[in-house]
Amino acid sequence: MRWEGKPLVAEAEKKAIVEISELKQYFNAGKKNEVRAVKDVSFSIYEGETFGLVGESGSGKSTTGRALIKLGDITGGQISYKGQDINDIKRRKDLLSFRKSMQMIFQDPYASLNPRLTVKEIIGGALKVHGMTENSKERTKRVYELLESVGLNRQFANRYPSEFSGGQCQRVGIARALAVEPDFIICDEAISALDVSIQAQVVNLLKELKDKNNLTYLFIAHDLSMVKYISDRIGVMNSGRVLEVCEADELYIAPLHPYTESLLSAIPTPDPEAERRRVRTEYDPKYHHYDDHSNVGLHEIAPEHFIYCHKDEIALYKKKREKLLRQAKQQYA
Amino acid sequence: MEDKTILEVKDLAISFQTFEGVVKAVRGVDFTLKKGETLAIVGESGSGKSVSTKAINRLLPKKNTMIESGEILFEGTDLLKLSEKEMQKVRGNDIAMIFQDPMTSLNPTMQVGKQIAEPIVTHKGVSKEEAKKQALDLMDLVGIKNPTENYKSYPHQFSGGMRQRVMIAIALACEPKVLIADEPTTALDVTIQAQILGLMNKLKKELDTSIIFITHDLGVVAQMADRVAVMYAGQIVEHGTADEIFYNPMHPYTWGLLASMPTLDVGQTDLYTIPGSPPNLLHPPVGDAFAPRNEFALEIDFHEEPDMFKVSDTHYAKTWLLHPSAPAVEPPEEVRRRKAKFESLYMGKEEINEMGGEALGSRS
Repeated sequence: MRWEGKPLVAEAEKKAIVEISELKQYFNAGKKNEVRAVKDVSFSIYEGETFGLVGESGSGKSTTGRALIKLGDITGGQISYKGQDINDIKRRKDLLSFRKSMQMIFQDPYASLNPRLTVKEIIGGALKVHGMTENSKERTKRVYELLESVGLNRQFANRYPSEFSGGQCQRVGIARALAVEPDFIICDEAISALDVSIQAQVVNLLKELKDKNNLTYLFIAHDLSMVKYISDRIGVMNSGRVLEVCEADELYIAPLHPYTESLLSAIPTPDPEAERRRVRTEYDPKYHHYDDHSNVGLHEIAPEHFIYCHKDEIALYKKKREKLLRQAKQQYA
Repeated sequence: MEDKTILEVKDLAISFQTFEGVVKAVRGVDFTLKKGETLAIVGESGSGKSVSTKAINRLLPKKNTMIESGEILFEGTDLLKLSEKEMQKVRGNDIAMIFQDPMTSLNPTMQVGKQIAEPIVTHKGVSKEEAKKQALDLMDLVGIKNPTENYKSYPHQFSGGMRQRVMIAIALACEPKVLIADEPTTALDVTIQAQILGLMNKLKKELDTSIIFITHDLGVVAQMADRVAVMYAGQIVEHGTADEIFYNPMHPYTWGLLASMPTLDVGQTDLYTIPGSPPNLLHPPVGDAFAPRNEFALEIDFHEEPDMFKVSDTHYAKTWLLHPSAPAVEPPEEVRRRKAKFESLYMGKEEINEMGGEALGSRS
């Protein structure tokens, strides 16, 4: 099993496509109503993986995603994409190629599609802007291909978003993102607005497209069970900080940070027996508030397992991890 | 659990007049609610779960709603036959409701304390001072800290979880016999959701209220429900005790719902999906509404609507698969795993929890 030490991506081919270090995003900076949405976020995303970002509303996970795709300027820190600092991307031409390489799928499938354009115009628009097709005939052909790749009928091309169900609209949103052949896609709560049976369809589609087109995903969501299913590695955020980063399976077997524990204990599972026995733990955000910030940060407890803590706490977390892994081994033996 | 039926919905059918035609939103729904129990109604959006419960409180717009048939018996009186004035005495007093979005269902220009006190004054006819006192007690009960200070707060000063607590306090103000909660935690974070659900369970025990809990989240159902009704395309397709629905589901739609939820177990690689999307109720399909999406559909499903087949005294499912001459089918893997658990729970050992007690009696 993965958590027994076999790394997910072989060490040699592990290449970071995105590196975020000490990202800060303050709104109304310096004013009385300053909001520190993202205080200190560092993580990297490897090529070909799905990185899940979870946390409650207001934890700064969407803000991190928006900063990454350069919707607005960041307050501090550094984001590099394919080795280039995205802050340096300023010229229109460079921005265009940056956005061609990185795309986003949004939460609300209705609100993120222009209601007055047909599906063909919505998807074709992306192709036109990036000059990916020569003429309208070619564009139409490409739109048909894209629609079929996301499981929609090509006859839908001349319809408007209002004629579709939520799941179908989300597929159009996915087709639009795929149109420009990106390498990296940010899914910001892309399935939260959908019904259970449709969620599974869209998640499976995303997985399938990832394998086919060699994509890397940043999957932002608050639904931990879905995130666990789709992600290779997961980052847990709370009040503007990343508190824990590790591989998906390990996060569920050995959640080290008390916040992760409380988050996991709060997920209702479709199993009445388990629910009756369930003990829920509460979390006080004061726990990760340190008065003295020296020696506090993301520390590596085990390979690929990071915890936001004080340097003195590392040994404690190491012990906790060993204990939890031992228990898990007994349970799965 | 007491066996006293408090609410009974019989053969309810509701249609809406729209520009495109008549939408048959609810097509013959029957259910009963007993005293002190939680009945969860699960289904996708558009399955008619909200519509059928809004009909109980007569909250559907009069302009375009047509109640085509049915009775809603609350302690023996048919609510559909009451005049608006009589209904006002029931609504909020005997049957209260909690809605999904606490921001849009609270009055933004009114102090939260006053919003809690308002129904007490209206329904119980007590003085304003007495109502305030009771409102403060209620705020304390639902876990709003510093009630005296927060009494004067406005909804926008509260977080989502706190607003939902206010909603619960308003709903409980008149000690209703039935509480209808329509997706009360869908807009909340999981940690806050856990708090609110815990609170509802605690209050239910203390006040002996019956709850109808509407949700699409099966995890929440597992935590809250004594009995479960699964709705699809305006009909209840399966109902039974929570254990029966989760561990011994019979309807292919219930199978699909359970199998398409990711579990937290390690090493899950495949997620089952129900293909297609729900039918358009402008033109309800002939036969079983679920048939076009159902990989286990039989020939007859496309021609004739299935009957409610009895599985046990408490468990019924509307699928031809339960007909004696239907072929045996192999449900998805996740469902087989659950059924194995059901057998170990009910067939193996005799002593089990109080909830599954009735089911055991009928099966052994």
